[in-house]
Amino acid sequence: MEYVLTEQMRVGYGKHEIVQNINLHLKRGEIMTLIGPNGVGKSTILKSFTRQLSMLGGTCVLDNKELETYNDRELAKKMSIVLTGRVQGEYFTCKDIVEKGRYPYTGSFGIFSDEDHRKVMEALELVNMKDYADCLFEQLSDGQKQRVLLAKAVCQEPEILVLDEPASFLDIRYKLELAQILKHLAKEKNMAILMALHEIDLAKRISDIVVCIKDGKVDQYGEPEDIYSSDYISKLYDIKQGSYNVEGSLMELPPVKNPPEIFVIAGGGFGISVYHKLWRKQIPFAAGVLHENDIETPVAKSLASSIVLERAFEPVSEEKMMEAKKILQYCKSVVCACEQFGTMNMNNKLLLNYAKEQNMLIGPNFL
Amino acid sequence: MMKKGNNINKKYGLCFAILLVLLFVSVISSISVGSTNISFKEVWNALCGNKDNIVVYRIIWDVRMPRICAAIFLGGALTVSGYLLQIFFSNPIAGPFVLGISSGAKLTVALAMICFISNGVQMSSGMLVLSAFIGSMVSMGFVLLVSGKVKNMSMLVVCGVMIGYICSAICDFIVAFAEDSNIVNLHNWSLGSFAGMLWSHVSCMAVVITLAIICVFLLSKPMHAYQLGEEYAKNLGVNIKRFRLAIILLSGILSACVTAFAGPISFVGIAVPHLIRVMFKTSKPMVLVPGCFLGGACFCLICDMIARTVFAPIELSISSVTAIFGAPIVIIMLVKRKANHTRG
Repeated sequence: MEYVLTEQMRVGYGKHEIVQNINLHLKRGEIMTLIGPNGVGKSTILKSFTRQLSMLGGTCVLDNKELETYNDRELAKKMSIVLTGRVQGEYFTCKDIVEKGRYPYTGSFGIFSDEDHRKVMEALELVNMKDYADCLFEQLSDGQKQRVLLAKAVCQEPEILVLDEPASFLDIRYKLELAQILKHLAKEKNMAILMALHEIDLAKRISDIVVCIKDGKVDQYGEPEDIYSSDYISKLYDIKQGSYNVEGSLMELPPVKNPPEIFVIAGGGFGISVYHKLWRKQIPFAAGVLHENDIETPVAKSLASSIVLERAFEPVSEEKMMEAKKILQYCKSVVCACEQFGTMNMNNKLLLNYAKEQNMLIGPNFL
Repeated sequence: MMKKGNNINKKYGLCFAILLVLLFVSVISSISVGSTNISFKEVWNALCGNKDNIVVYRIIWDVRMPRICAAIFLGGALTVSGYLLQIFFSNPIAGPFVLGISSGAKLTVALAMICFISNGVQMSSGMLVLSAFIGSMVSMGFVLLVSGKVKNMSMLVVCGVMIGYICSAICDFIVAFAEDSNIVNLHNWSLGSFAGMLWSHVSCMAVVITLAIICVFLLSKPMHAYQLGEEYAKNLGVNIKRFRLAIILLSGILSACVTAFAGPISFVGIAVPHLIRVMFKTSKPMVLVPGCFLGGACFCLICDMIARTVFAPIELSISSVTAIFGAPIVIIMLVKRKANHTRG
């Protein structure tokens, strides 16, 4: 049963259309995330959806009823929002902020019942801010403020939660916590969640549906697994300098283009930190011999100026070893990041011995 | 948790009690202090309706009491008007005086007075209020127009001050070139003063201000929601257009009332709401609206007492006194806020 259903929705400011042809289907309990470059219109879509802006065309149905036909109070009980902008004000305690979420439920003077008080504390507890209930909002960190605003939105007991860049001011720990809270709200409270995110790795982890916005339209739409490919993400964000590694959800910067100065004998993931260190010093390097399915291969692919690869699950062949040796001979020195050798990479050990003979080997603390 | 709630209510109760006691003390001392000092015993006798000393009775009931009532109502109205504007612009330095709204009202009242007086018609209180309301709405219109263009609050305040100067300048021209000797009164009024209040004025302002304050109080709940910003308020179900219109109209009526009867009074609208926020340590409009009214009443009453006694028999304009007390408060507030911002 679709909770949100938009057809041919068009959004923008006044006459200026920003995104068109928006067809979204969102069920309760699902998380839908809009991704795409800055300024592409993600916020505009959310603003139209929360009726801060009026839609330019098409239809949007919320819970079997046209969005435009809701009155403010009715909608307030269905939908709540968390925005990017910072909230200011003197003498707000966290509780004051969260209490505002009860607005649609209280009488004309806003007097609280015991149940209202309980719901406020529950919401604060959910975002782990209960201990801060009586603290002044202005004295909190950005991450804590964001969580209090989330508690306000939860306290409003919506069926759909709309968040615009909720993770923007959060450090890594709170990003993970936020992801957990959102997942909990979707599953346990059966909320539909619609949000815009910059953190594409986070979006991939928690979204049931990812919507990619590009060039004024919905470019791709579907489950994250279907959408996330290194090529597509690079295309979506117009990444020309650098790359995005989907398997590890890591951003990598572009390799140093010069001929390699250092050859890294690696494998099994031991090489990653060496690659990063070399990149930071902007020293061009080669890597090998790696297996195609090695955990560090994607990183080496993005950062190394040349790389020798062996097929997955095959021992390193004589042929590949010779290829690596050729590259190695042109390098100034060799670093060995491998701690042990086995059947599959026995030839790498020969490579290492060769480097030792040539007096090219330097230790891992080479710089 | 419940215990905590009770403590907070007790704290608010204590603050209100302090304000009420302060108001009571100011009223009593305002009655007894003046160009003729009256002992507390005589004050008590006269208040009880004892006409033994007819001179004292007349002074108290015809001169001081209307003036005191006016100071209470107008001081409260001005403060609440400032508070509303601060909510509207989500900025604590908004107020009817700095935004030029008082001056706009002053200009139209001066114009109306001259028109009527030169035609030999005495203006009724209602007409005074109405003309002031028109002026304050015109000024407010300008301010809103500017606020649509510039999002920066300090720019808005500068524009407001400019509007204020323009209106005051025009007003001065009019007063200077007006022929009638009746205009002498107008000069005093245009500087701001509670002098010469009549009971007819007081009853008019009492009705208008009481009604307006009740309406403001009824808006406490949406005001509470609006403090998070327009977008959140809309999402919470506040009808933004209607709410904003109501705030503008009410703050306009309140400040127009003040200007119509007492001329423009500076700084009360900014300084007192700030003091009240600091005193109550809350942002809840339901507490702050009555708090602001009481606080403004005390503040204006005390300032008026100072204005008429310090250099007696010469009276200072009320604005000189409110500025001396109010402006430093505003400066301290700005400096503190700046410090907070750089820290955050």
